[in-house]
Amino acid sequence: MAIDTPPKGFIGESIKRKEDDRFIRGKGNYLDDISLPGMLHMSILRSPFAHARIRSINTKPAEAVPGVVAVVTGALLEQHKLAWMPTLSGDTQAVLATDKVRYQGQEVACVIANDPYVARDAAQLIDVDYEVLKAVVDPYQALKPGAPLIRDEKKDQKDNHIYHWEAGDKAATEAAFKKADKVVSLETFYPRCHPSPLETCGIVADINPATGQATLYMTSQAPHAHRTLFALVAGLPEEKIRIISPDLGGGFGNKVPIYPGYVVATAASLLLGHPVKWIEDRSENLISTGFARDFHMQGELAVNKDGKFLGLRVKMLSDNGAFYADAQPSKFRAGLFHIVTGSYDLPAAHVETDGAYTNKAPGGVAFRCSFRVTEASYLIERLVESAAVELKMDPAEIRLKNFIQPEQFPYKSATGFEYDSGDYPRALKLALEKIGYEQLRKEQAEKRKRGELMGIGVASFTEVVGAGHGTEYDIAGLRMFDSAELRVHPTGKAILKLGVKSQGQGHETTFAQIVAEELGIPASDVEVQEGDTDNTPYGLGTYASRSTPVGGAATAMVSRKLRDKAKKIAAHLLEASEADIEFDHGKFFVKGAPSKSKTIQDVAFAAYTNLPEGMEAGLEGVTYYDPPNMTFPFGTYVVVVDIDRGTGQVKVRRMVAVDDCGVRINPMIVEGQIHGGLTEGFGIAFMELITFDEQGNCIGSNFTDYLLPTSWETPRFETFETVTPSPHHPIGAKGVGESATVGSPAAYVNAVIDAVGHLGITNIDMPVSSDKVWTALQEKGAAE
Amino acid sequence: MLPAAFEYASPGTLDEALALLDQHADDGKVLAGGQSLIPLLKLRLASPAFLVDINRIPDLDVLEERDGALVIGALVRHKTAERSSLLANRYAVLAEAAPQVADPLVRNRGTLAGSLAHADPSGDWGSVMLAVDAEFVLRSRSGSRTVKARDFFSGPFSTLLQPNEILTEIRIPARRGPTGGAYLKLERKVGDFATVGVAIQLQMDDGKVGTAGIALTAVGPQNIKATEAEAALKGQTLNDKVIKEAGQLAAKAAEPRADLRGSEAYKRNVVRIFTERGLKRAYERARGGG
Ligand SMILES: Cc1cc2nc3c(=O)[nH]c(=O)nc-3n(C[C@H](O)[C@H](O)[C@H](O)COP(=O)(O)OP(=O)(O)OC[C@H]3O[C@@H](n4cnc5c(N)ncnc54)[C@H](O)[C@@H]3O)c2cc1C
Repeated sequence: MAIDTPPKGFIGESIKRKEDDRFIRGKGNYLDDISLPGMLHMSILRSPFAHARIRSINTKPAEAVPGVVAVVTGALLEQHKLAWMPTLSGDTQAVLATDKVRYQGQEVACVIANDPYVARDAAQLIDVDYEVLKAVVDPYQALKPGAPLIRDEKKDQKDNHIYHWEAGDKAATEAAFKKADKVVSLETFYPRCHPSPLETCGIVADINPATGQATLYMTSQAPHAHRTLFALVAGLPEEKIRIISPDLGGGFGNKVPIYPGYVVATAASLLLGHPVKWIEDRSENLISTGFARDFHMQGELAVNKDGKFLGLRVKMLSDNGAFYADAQPSKFRAGLFHIVTGSYDLPAAHVETDGAYTNKAPGGVAFRCSFRVTEASYLIERLVESAAVELKMDPAEIRLKNFIQPEQFPYKSATGFEYDSGDYPRALKLALEKIGYEQLRKEQAEKRKRGELMGIGVASFTEVVGAGHGTEYDIAGLRMFDSAELRVHPTGKAILKLGVKSQGQGHETTFAQIVAEELGIPASDVEVQEGDTDNTPYGLGTYASRSTPVGGAATAMVSRKLRDKAKKIAAHLLEASEADIEFDHGKFFVKGAPSKSKTIQDVAFAAYTNLPEGMEAGLEGVTYYDPPNMTFPFGTYVVVVDIDRGTGQVKVRRMVAVDDCGVRINPMIVEGQIHGGLTEGFGIAFMELITFDEQGNCIGSNFTDYLLPTSWETPRFETFETVTPSPHHPIGAKGVGESATVGSPAAYVNAVIDAVGHLGITNIDMPVSSDKVWTALQEKGAAE
Repeated sequence: MLPAAFEYASPGTLDEALALLDQHADDGKVLAGGQSLIPLLKLRLASPAFLVDINRIPDLDVLEERDGALVIGALVRHKTAERSSLLANRYAVLAEAAPQVADPLVRNRGTLAGSLAHADPSGDWGSVMLAVDAEFVLRSRSGSRTVKARDFFSGPFSTLLQPNEILTEIRIPARRGPTGGAYLKLERKVGDFATVGVAIQLQMDDGKVGTAGIALTAVGPQNIKATEAEAALKGQTLNDKVIKEAGQLAAKAAEPRADLRGSEAYKRNVVRIFTERGLKRAYERARGGG
């Protein structure tokens, strides 16, 4: 009789996600599930205006409401030097406005009450006298002389310019452009969109007035870094701060920044001696917390007649809102936007980026984007499409002609990256084969004769994820290493504690599988813990697809550390010399005699019961891993669309995605990440948009206006893989959390342009809505 | 999203409900599926002091043909309409509209009558009712009256309904002879209100158009009955020229406003395109008996 042995969960096995049991049974523990004795509730009054001076605030009517415990204003915070806080990018941000409000939705006052409804009712009664000022909503206008000065409280700030940053070689690029037969240019805007996690942000701040112990339950993607920042900002002693980031209902970058609500709730708990809960509602989340993108980009590609690229020149203006609060490594003012050379062997490139203040919410978080890589990837892939249209070349062919070739790796890019590994032609060719490219081109030609619009879009992205190395990459000075602590108990079961923090990515399974692979302990026997700063080693957190490249590497390394010790114990148990011991998936045996073996469980037991002379007891360790380089995931996406000439509606008929993220630990989880990203890319390409009217009113403050795709309209994805391991990662893995969000928007838009390029339509900015498509067709006399 | 405080009653009979509404005529509201009212409460765009939940009242969920009319009770949900074989077989415009209203979750709870009472100019059912020439039964404590759909809507979110009245029944002339309908809706995603919607109802008479009903969604302060287009079709054989002209007249009847969903010209064009396509589809159905 055959007995099915349950899968051990080694690398490459699609075991079910360990965490899903509790999630799908409603047994998770999210922030709003947390309720403490004596807990008070906070509600925030926000500015109705984008730009206005505060003349006065009358809190009396709110204070008079039964159940209200306190009303907090900027003036009160100022007394405690808490009215302003530093941002992740070295700017300052108002916690509660004291002088002016600088965007619609900005935090003005907070009501703390014994009931959330009472707090909300009372907040409405606060009377704020505003003097409305002219708002600046366009970053180009913001930089014009005479534009209203948004940050007038900053001593040396005389205009709305934030930073200027360059990468690449300007002279070499100029020279390349001089040599070129042709210059292809594209001006495009990557609109402001929002990560929109299912769970909004929130905190339960619990400061014990007797001990000074601060326990902050927070929706945090980076609990350790947040603890340090709290210590620095609020002046709380770091050993007394414990941040617990419970189960998170999505993050996508939205839960990287520290928000004013967190700070006020913490201050209120300190002042009142009660736990204080603040949970953001959906509108608050959309209008005030970390947005993404909002990049105005001008790209130029120097090309020869035969389609060979000679150089790339990019000018970019970032709309940062009222406070420069991008979450990105401190040396890189526009994130890693200089990955804009993408998958192409570009001998010369130069990138100039500027940032501007406007009267909009701050943010600039990595919405499933490794620090502005999405914008960069979008620009180069759209620009390559433009080149194909202008040169009348096939978009696949022009890519093949210009790809960095497999033998060129490690490849030094013109803007300073060293790409670790890749095989771009292989991924593209696989995608073409799977979609049936040639047949589709034939169909397209026939349809075109009949006046029907059909397009095939290609995008071959290259991403850069897994920051550090720590000397190059830091967040607010904290080096971007990450950590893993592994403890194997006598019965051979293990606990793995990590500095990263899952928001739904399946860490509890993926990282258990790395331990399974390296130590042979079944993944089901490895408990993964994250999110509690008292209970996990220091780390920089989860965003920018860094958990597997950095935290995953740390997990592999700590497992190997334990394996080394285990080997010594095994040698002792097998009465052999350590040099003769071999290890294979959880079994130690003497070279040449695999039948006589000890399991990792035997060894774990011995680590506490039967040790070699002089060895310390226990089987545990910790590793801090500082990656030698980034990893560079890549892939090719191909999209087929049909366009209705009467309504401009675009129907995505097919989407083939080939992803290469190196070694896949749990292929099912990888697929899930890709499906999520392709869906987000679809939403961004076709519908998601936070926009503003001239007064700076936010349009897109709820899900009626801010459109997220549902399963109904999202296309069916056909996913495939190639595997090019990262040479410097212990298990050859690269990050995958963001690949599809980064790579897919251009594929969707390129498909639309491929359908209408022959009519002379070279660009339609995202979101590519039906009305924009119809209007473009109409202008060319091609609409029905 | 926390609403202001309100009182709530869930009466078991229509009479009780009508009495409560009468008592709270100043600040009371009917709660049916809650799919429009609850969001308004949560956004604090409305804060009625008293809610009369009609969901426990029996017999308000009728959906049947009776006395020469299709009768739809106040508690018939979008979902029920979507799944009804009666509508699928005999009332194409309703059957085609139902699955295009909102999303499956909203359709599970929301009601046709609630949608009409709410009178969102972007609501789909208003156009359907104008196209099929429906009438509504409005009941109050003191009696009941019947109002034609074309008289019922009086502007954005406003109707002839009095605060103490409940729309208890929708009545649509029962199908007879070769009839066809269609509902075309342009939405940005599932669950989105229409950018443009067009409802078509054709009653054929001896190969020619007997009566035509055409109504437009989301292109004016209320659902619009395109009466000129309707009149132009009467007595005509449906050929391309006639269809084109009706499309143009319908586009002319539209009063769209530019917004994030599109420009005025765009919306007008979609009205034209949908009217043409809808007429063809409805005509096919009338001829095929479907
Ligand atoms: C996400 C979302 C998407 C939507 N998309 C669409 C769409 O695409 N197309 C569309 O047409 N609609 C859409 N709707 C609205 C939906 O159709 C609502 O169900 C409908 O408008 C209201 O019906 P209800 O039963 O839920 O009414 P409720 O929300 O309970 O009530 C709405 C209003 O009507 C009054 N009322 C309700 N029933 C009666 C009655 N019998 N007599 C008198 N007054 C009454 C109430 O007092 C209230 O003022 C959407 C709603 C949501 C939340």
